[in-house]
Amino acid sequence: MASSALTAVRVVRVNATLSLGVALLVVILASLALGSNPISPAQVVQALVDPTNDPDGVVWGSRVPRTLLGLLVGFCLGVAGVVMQGQTGNPLADPGLFGVSSGASLAVVLGAFVLGHNSMSAALFLAMIGALVASVGVFAIATLSRDLANPVPLAIAGTAVSALLNAVISFLVLTNQSSLEAYRVWVVGSLSGRGLDGLPPALLVAAVGLALALVNARSLNSLTLGTELAQGLGETLWRARLVGLAAITLTTASAVALAGPIGFIGLTAPHIARAIVGGNHFRLLPASGLIGAITLLGCDVVGRVIGGQAEVPVGVVLAVLGGVAFVAIVRRTKLAAL
Amino acid sequence: MSGRQGVDLGVIALPWRAREFYVTLACLAVLLAAFTFGLVAGSSRMGVGDVWATLLGSGTRSFEFIVFELRLPRVSAAIGVGLCLGLAGALTQTFSRNPLATPDILGVTSGASAGAVTAIVIGGGGYSVGASLLGFGIPVVATAGGLIAAAIVYGLSWRQGVDSFRLILIGIGATAILGGLVNYLLVRAQLTQVTAATQWMVGSLSGVSWASVWPMVVVLAVMLPLALSQSAPLTINQLGDEFSTALGVAVQRHRLLVIVAAVVLTSAAVSAAGPVEFVAFVAPQVARRLARTPRPPLLASALVGAALVLLADVSARVAFGTEIPVGIVTALIGAPYLIWLITRPNLKERA
Repeated sequence: MASSALTAVRVVRVNATLSLGVALLVVILASLALGSNPISPAQVVQALVDPTNDPDGVVWGSRVPRTLLGLLVGFCLGVAGVVMQGQTGNPLADPGLFGVSSGASLAVVLGAFVLGHNSMSAALFLAMIGALVASVGVFAIATLSRDLANPVPLAIAGTAVSALLNAVISFLVLTNQSSLEAYRVWVVGSLSGRGLDGLPPALLVAAVGLALALVNARSLNSLTLGTELAQGLGETLWRARLVGLAAITLTTASAVALAGPIGFIGLTAPHIARAIVGGNHFRLLPASGLIGAITLLGCDVVGRVIGGQAEVPVGVVLAVLGGVAFVAIVRRTKLAAL
Repeated sequence: MSGRQGVDLGVIALPWRAREFYVTLACLAVLLAAFTFGLVAGSSRMGVGDVWATLLGSGTRSFEFIVFELRLPRVSAAIGVGLCLGLAGALTQTFSRNPLATPDILGVTSGASAGAVTAIVIGGGGYSVGASLLGFGIPVVATAGGLIAAAIVYGLSWRQGVDSFRLILIGIGATAILGGLVNYLLVRAQLTQVTAATQWMVGSLSGVSWASVWPMVVVLAVMLPLALSQSAPLTINQLGDEFSTALGVAVQRHRLLVIVAAVVLTSAAVSAAGPVEFVAFVAPQVARRLARTPRPPLLASALVGAALVLLADVSARVAFGTEIPVGIVTALIGAPYLIWLITRPNLKERA
């Protein structure tokens, strides 16, 4: 009986992995084939094989970078969400909880929109700095509370810092019309018109963050048992927290820098992943990352297709379609509480 | 129980710890001081004595005009918004057993935003649908949007009863959908309408009148006793649904009452001042730390919320002169105060 139950679990997992792989392949192909520039799939294949045969540089200049960007941002957010929910033990925690998104946003609003340093690399740099400053601040506050064992002060401090930063952002954009003009577009989140030049530095930062997340997986597994048991299992709490925080900051910061503050994936992908692969973080992290990547890229393709020439930003499609799908899934399945 | 006193009125029993009682009194005192300050502060000079004399019915005619027509509506609106949101926040955080849960999670704020922004953007664009929406007025549209969204979230969460974890997750989905719609409208709209919509969403008390105060008074008169009557079941429910059922709590009825109270309180506040969401998060957390209780004390949370919104509004008026939306100042005052409370090491946190 027990072994057949185990086999059943294994079959479900293999099926889940297979369907995630297939879904990933489908969205990548769709992302390369579909867009506002009508070129046939045959032309896309030709251009992929032979870069000199690329009509107006659409494939290599826009579709390939955009696909890579979507995958990277989605994967980062999915992973960051798992680490954040594991660290705080809170199902409502999204990657922006420690002020990372609002810190990055404030830096971009200040630097790019108010002071006018308006280039991709400047935005990237600003977002990184803002995210780092905010998350270090939150961690410092939580450390001052001298209660690192408890995730609640960390989450509360993060929410308070985010609210503070958001208030400053609101003030800036409400007193400066041109900032509001740029901000209202940026804050929605979009993959359009990014090009490849911002990708290498962001990729580097993201890779460090993802590696740290994987390093953190064992600690996250023990943390789900509660901090006391985790310490009993030999976990050094401040190190586990620090590694987790660094992973969240680096992955989220590169995602925000590349695509703007997209919150939804980091919040929901972990719940879906947990329902599919269970609570082991060694499986949960890659699964949630994949789900994030598939969702983000898929929604981006939908946004390109439904808008025609004026495409719908991925943040909007993601919130609406993703929201509907999430509600449907939550109603069907029994989701595991944290 | 030792260490506790209280009043017992049958339906409403209010047991409390001594510290909770004194903290509630202190909040009341702060609120009263802020109330007086809010009536004194302004361009025409009136002393504290003048203000109270006028309030008690023996002021000059010009003082009466200033107090009752100009300042009192705004001060009362600030208090009402704070009371509603503080109480709604305490209810939401308690029944969901999650300190990050604000009434947003019930769909009420995002529904109100979606309604209001639709009216502002489409109405300003001159389409007939939007114009007729605007005809009802932003507060009515926002209230309707919030109540409809909350009803849908509750309905979708129903599966042989509403489980608070599923409700939270459905709420996340609904908030995302409505937020996406709002963002889409803002990306496509004219900049003047975007400014108007953003101002509304930040939350502002400029332009409130007695007409925005009365709905909150009515709502508070009904919902405050209702919320307090659920205080004991809320405490029991911290142990989980099975325990509560075993101890004789009608869990589903209790949960519905709490959610209805939180939703109606929030939408009353939002219709008056816009979504000053942060109040609902910060007031219960501050009150809980001041009173050192395991969960947010309901009355004290409401009073902290009122004091915060009122102080924020008055200090913005005094310090800057120009109109800074109250939502911004609330965060600028409330967030550092909460952070300071967190960093005081003698306060142990409880999950």
